[in-house]
Amino acid sequence: MKLKAFALLILAILMSVPFALAADPEPTVLTNKDAIDLVQTHANYLWTLVAACLVFFMQAGFALVEAGFTRAKSSINIMMKNLMDFSIGSIAFWAIGFGLMFGASSTGWFGTSGFFLSDFKPDGDQWVLAFWMFQVVFAATAATIVSGAMAERTKFTGYLLYSIFVSALIYPIFGSWAWGSLLDGSGWLEGFGFIDFAGSTVVHSVGGWAALAGAIVLGPRIGKYTKDGKVKPIMGHNIPLAALGVFILWLGWFGFNPGSTTTADTSIAMIFVNTNLAAAAGAILAMIASWAKFGKPEVGMSLNGALAGLVAITAGCANVLPGSAIIIGAVAGVLVVFSVLFFDKIKVDDPVGAVSVHGVNGAWGTLAAGIFNIGGTSASIIGVQLLGIAACFIWTFPVAFIMFKLIDKAIGLRVSPEEELEGLDLAEHGGIAYPDFGVSTHGGISSIGGTPSSGAPGYSPSAKPVTQS
Amino acid sequence: MKKIETIIKPFKLDDVKDALNKIGVSGMTISEVKGFGRQRGHKEIYRGAEYQTDFIPKVKIDVVVDSDLADKVVSTITEVANTGSVGDGKIFVLPVEGAYRIRTGESGKDAI
Repeated sequence: MKLKAFALLILAILMSVPFALAADPEPTVLTNKDAIDLVQTHANYLWTLVAACLVFFMQAGFALVEAGFTRAKSSINIMMKNLMDFSIGSIAFWAIGFGLMFGASSTGWFGTSGFFLSDFKPDGDQWVLAFWMFQVVFAATAATIVSGAMAERTKFTGYLLYSIFVSALIYPIFGSWAWGSLLDGSGWLEGFGFIDFAGSTVVHSVGGWAALAGAIVLGPRIGKYTKDGKVKPIMGHNIPLAALGVFILWLGWFGFNPGSTTTADTSIAMIFVNTNLAAAAGAILAMIASWAKFGKPEVGMSLNGALAGLVAITAGCANVLPGSAIIIGAVAGVLVVFSVLFFDKIKVDDPVGAVSVHGVNGAWGTLAAGIFNIGGTSASIIGVQLLGIAACFIWTFPVAFIMFKLIDKAIGLRVSPEEELEGLDLAEHGGIAYPDFGVSTHGGISSIGGTPSSGAPGYSPSAKPVTQS
Repeated sequence: MKKIETIIKPFKLDDVKDALNKIGVSGMTISEVKGFGRQRGHKEIYRGAEYQTDFIPKVKIDVVVDSDLADKVVSTITEVANTGSVGDGKIFVLPVEGAYRIRTGESGKDAI
């Protein structure tokens, strides 16, 4: 019986072979082209979404940089702010921001379609989803830049409100001016030929100037500046975390810049190289600048230098040569050091250097994209770049400033002095970030060089008895 | 009985522990502390701002020994923890009124 069944099976298989072979029609030039185009389309989707993953991971980078450069007693708050500006930002950008930024725009000043991802139909073109995914992580990058500059003294609810506004309004409207035509819109700024390939201005300067507005409205942390203008260092509690954060950001930038092609082709290679070279040059020059100025290579400045280089190359990563990328990154590395010192001098307390890294170097990078343009530069090219830089500041800073002032009037933007000294973790979140470790600087403000202070704390962990017997 | 409190440079801990074990000190308690005496701190820099660290990491060792052993403990520590440079530390000797072993309830010399 088994043998009979087996024989029948073999016969059935043999008989189906001609049918199987006959199933595919003869390939033609036209059907081949369609098939090839489809592979390219699929590759575009794949690359864009993989790049979106890398940019998403930059959120971890930002969180670690901010935590590392601030005190342990506010680490939970840092994590919550970063978790929420991404989560709230995602929803706000889905609901409102994306439409404003990439919707059809008759005026060239903001989009008016595509809210709530209404352009997506399940059986229609899926590209709007891939594009949204890529753009939402960019919006979230701009949003989270502000968290660092406002660290250790911002009311959590105030920050939640900010998160909504930046992702729904401030970022997308400027974004529409420069990038609207990437989908359904068209912006007045891009109409002039404004070059900002991956967002030195659109993302980083927007974040940087909003950060500046927030830091100014908040005021400096308690004890940061003395009455006679001296700067007291408030030490970060975990430099390795900060450094890890910078490496993660550097990695994420390999999605940020090359991913902005949203196309899987060979042009991404030069963008990768430019990105890396600028970061490296920025780190080296910042280290050298800090070495020259302070006598020792300083880690905080060097890390900021790498980030500054990355921000600066973001605008021109696709239209400058690798040699130019090194110059752009090098200038950024020096610029960020002096910018950090400058903002401390004018008493704008920026715990992580966000304004210097993202705002100032976003502007430099945008200008550099015009100066080092492969096709050659000109007064009009540079003029348009400057126009974009100015437009970004004129839009972002006042709007953000007013928004923060309104939040302050409505619910208060800054925590009380007692809450700030106790630490935001306890005050705002009822928790301790490191319950098992005695990490405390008992105030966390170091005395200024040269004068040992009598009552003020130095750097002293709480004594924990360790018994051996 | 005497309690001997010692403040030493942290890297000297193992040497001191071994030396004390050799002379018959059977138990000790250590804490990680910060402090300064004549060895002031030093200037450091953070993101462009100079600052002074006054307090230097040290290790504090507490031992309780029979009064007869106290002098030997002091001289042993002095010899082993000495590096010759400022900041080597200090030793303090205090009287102890009572000592008790929790597990057995022993007291006095039987407890240390």
